[in-house]
Amino acid sequence: MSALALKLRNVRKNFGSSSIINGLNLDVIKGERQAIIGPNGAGKSTLFNLISGFYQVSGGTIEMNGHNITNLATFRINRSGLSRSFQVTNIFPQMTVFENIRCGLLWSMGYKYSFWHLCNQVRHLNEKAEEILERIRMTQRRDLPAGLLAYAEQRALEIGITIAGDAEVILLDEPTAGMSMSETERAVELIRDVTENKTLLVVEHDMSVVFDLADRISVLVYGEIIATDLPEKIRQNQEVQEAYLGKETL
Amino acid sequence: MKYLIRHLGIWAVAIALCAILPVIFSSDYAISLLSQMGIAIIFSLSYNMILGQGGMLSFGHAVYFGIGGFLAMHGINLIAGGTLPIPLELAPLIGGLGGLIVGILFGWLSTERSGTTFALISLGIGELIAASALLLPGFFGGEEGVSTDRMVENTITPFDFGQQIEVYYLIACWMLLCIVLMYLQTKTPLGRVANAVRDNPERAAFIGYNTRMVRTIQFALASFFSGIAGGLFAINYEIITAEMIGAIPSANVLMMTYIGGIGHFFGPIIGAVLVTFMQLTLSGFTHAWQLYFGLLFVSMILWAPTGLAGIIMNHEPAWKAGLMKKLIPSYTRATLAALVMFLGIMTLIEINYHLSLSIHPKDPMSLFGISFKAQSPAGWIIAIALIAVGFFFFKRGKNEVKNSWMDVHQAIKTGGK
Ligand SMILES: Nc1ncnc2c1ncn2[C@@H]1O[C@H](COP(=O)(O)OP(=O)(O)OP(=O)(O)O)[C@@H](O)[C@H]1O
Ligand SMILES: [Mg+2]
Repeated sequence: MSALALKLRNVRKNFGSSSIINGLNLDVIKGERQAIIGPNGAGKSTLFNLISGFYQVSGGTIEMNGHNITNLATFRINRSGLSRSFQVTNIFPQMTVFENIRCGLLWSMGYKYSFWHLCNQVRHLNEKAEEILERIRMTQRRDLPAGLLAYAEQRALEIGITIAGDAEVILLDEPTAGMSMSETERAVELIRDVTENKTLLVVEHDMSVVFDLADRISVLVYGEIIATDLPEKIRQNQEVQEAYLGKETL
Repeated sequence: MKYLIRHLGIWAVAIALCAILPVIFSSDYAISLLSQMGIAIIFSLSYNMILGQGGMLSFGHAVYFGIGGFLAMHGINLIAGGTLPIPLELAPLIGGLGGLIVGILFGWLSTERSGTTFALISLGIGELIAASALLLPGFFGGEEGVSTDRMVENTITPFDFGQQIEVYYLIACWMLLCIVLMYLQTKTPLGRVANAVRDNPERAAFIGYNTRMVRTIQFALASFFSGIAGGLFAINYEIITAEMIGAIPSANVLMMTYIGGIGHFFGPIIGAVLVTFMQLTLSGFTHAWQLYFGLLFVSMILWAPTGLAGIIMNHEPAWKAGLMKKLIPSYTRATLAALVMFLGIMTLIEINYHLSLSIHPKDPMSLFGISFKAQSPAGWIIAIALIAVGFFFFKRGKNEVKNSWMDVHQAIKTGGK
């Protein structure tokens, strides 16, 4: 079997007495683009929060590239190569677009807590930031405070911040939610481009996006993965049809 | 370095200003005022490293100022005794290093979270250190504090610091150096990330940063500069008491910084200059000066939360478009009205102070050279009339200001004048 980027075993999460994730198992193969689908409230965002260390698991283990990352601090998980975006846009609204990206680069480029470099003087840092701006097609917006961007642009910027640190595993939580058709198309294009040669785990409600982007699909219902398979197999899967896809046209 | 050169203009002006001011204002009083301003500027800028840049509201920043001051004080005594082989000019550095070390310790303890938790811990640490001052008389000198004589043998400048002007120049040099360093710090990775952690700690953690570490280092660096200010205080006054680590100077630096404006680097400089000036001059004129100071602080928080720097920077677009002249008439009228209103409030305050606090309340009091009895209704009537009239015109003025701003915005949008 191919190497696993993420390996979740028997992961559980309770909030008080309500159990949201119930012994979930999930494999994400290195280099694949996997989508997670499931009804509202199934626990998709919670799952992302567990993987990225934003929530502590109530039980089970999470491994990334063979290393146990269960319940590590978020910044440690990030440093070991996992980066994520949020369902609700999460950027630095008061900083300029350029600064947002540059901040995303600082740690991974080794500037860490330095107070003896001047950001503007570090050529390769700024060049890299410009490069990412170009890639997410935001060069024109460079000096605007990020909070003033249009919604779709903020989402694109967040993807930019997420990939800036050059993480190998990227988690995107509903990256195209709330976008128009044309915006969605562009976003999918962008996601495909920036996750080239990386591992992507993406939560998405828009089925056309899912089938367009994903190599494999996992279905999450009531805190459990009920199936993981190739897109066409998922389409045909009886259990999935009943549990989730039943009424939707595929 | 390139950075410094590009900004050389501003720094040259700043240096020239520091050099010339004591020549223009050469009285003893003015020079000691300028010295205090210099110390306050460093203190207040260092506070803004925590508050403005890092988003941490501290109620105990004087701890680092005070500890720096005490350490420098002991340092100067050692220098005088010949046991510490460094020149007096570097004594503030002792304070800075002391502030840094204590800052690392308390920073780590208090910065797990910002917000209320941080604020309360900072308050607690302030109380704790103030209380321990009495328990450690060896270091804090008990009630009478620690004193020194700054006229020591070991100096690198030709100064012997027998005169205030020499002390002033030493303070000015340290101040300029600290301003440059603190300014450059805002441009470093740490400085930028401190902003990121302030705006969105959750996100900052997902770009690889331990938010607590960011806050701690930022806090410790601020404590370093605060300690330098404390060291300069030690040289300037040659005495320091435990009051200097307490709640009052901590509150003072908070108010200075807020009044100046926490959103711009230069804000605290304005705040420090203005508040130091007010404290020293007002306290000579009236016993109620703290009340006026409080009034100013509250008004700023209510109506101009971005501080003086924020007000100034709001005018940048109008200034650039050459439209300030559209604003000035309405500003003048509103300011005059506000002054009339303030005159009324002030009269009331002074009358009441005279009635309740003076030894002979029956004696006539004097205000702006006018002598009158505090008990007579005339003073009250005039005061209330001033407030009413001022208030009426101020409201009108405020509307006018609003309208002229709309004109300006319109004009900027259409590109015309
Ligand atoms: N911090 C929390 N405390 C308590 N309950 C929570 C918390 N976070 C999530 N939940 C609950 O867990 C359940 C799953 O939420 P989650 O956000 O993971 O769903 P989701 O699959 O992402 O849904 P959606 O498609 O609407 O985004 C919901 O019932 C939610 O109320
Ligand atoms: Mg969700």
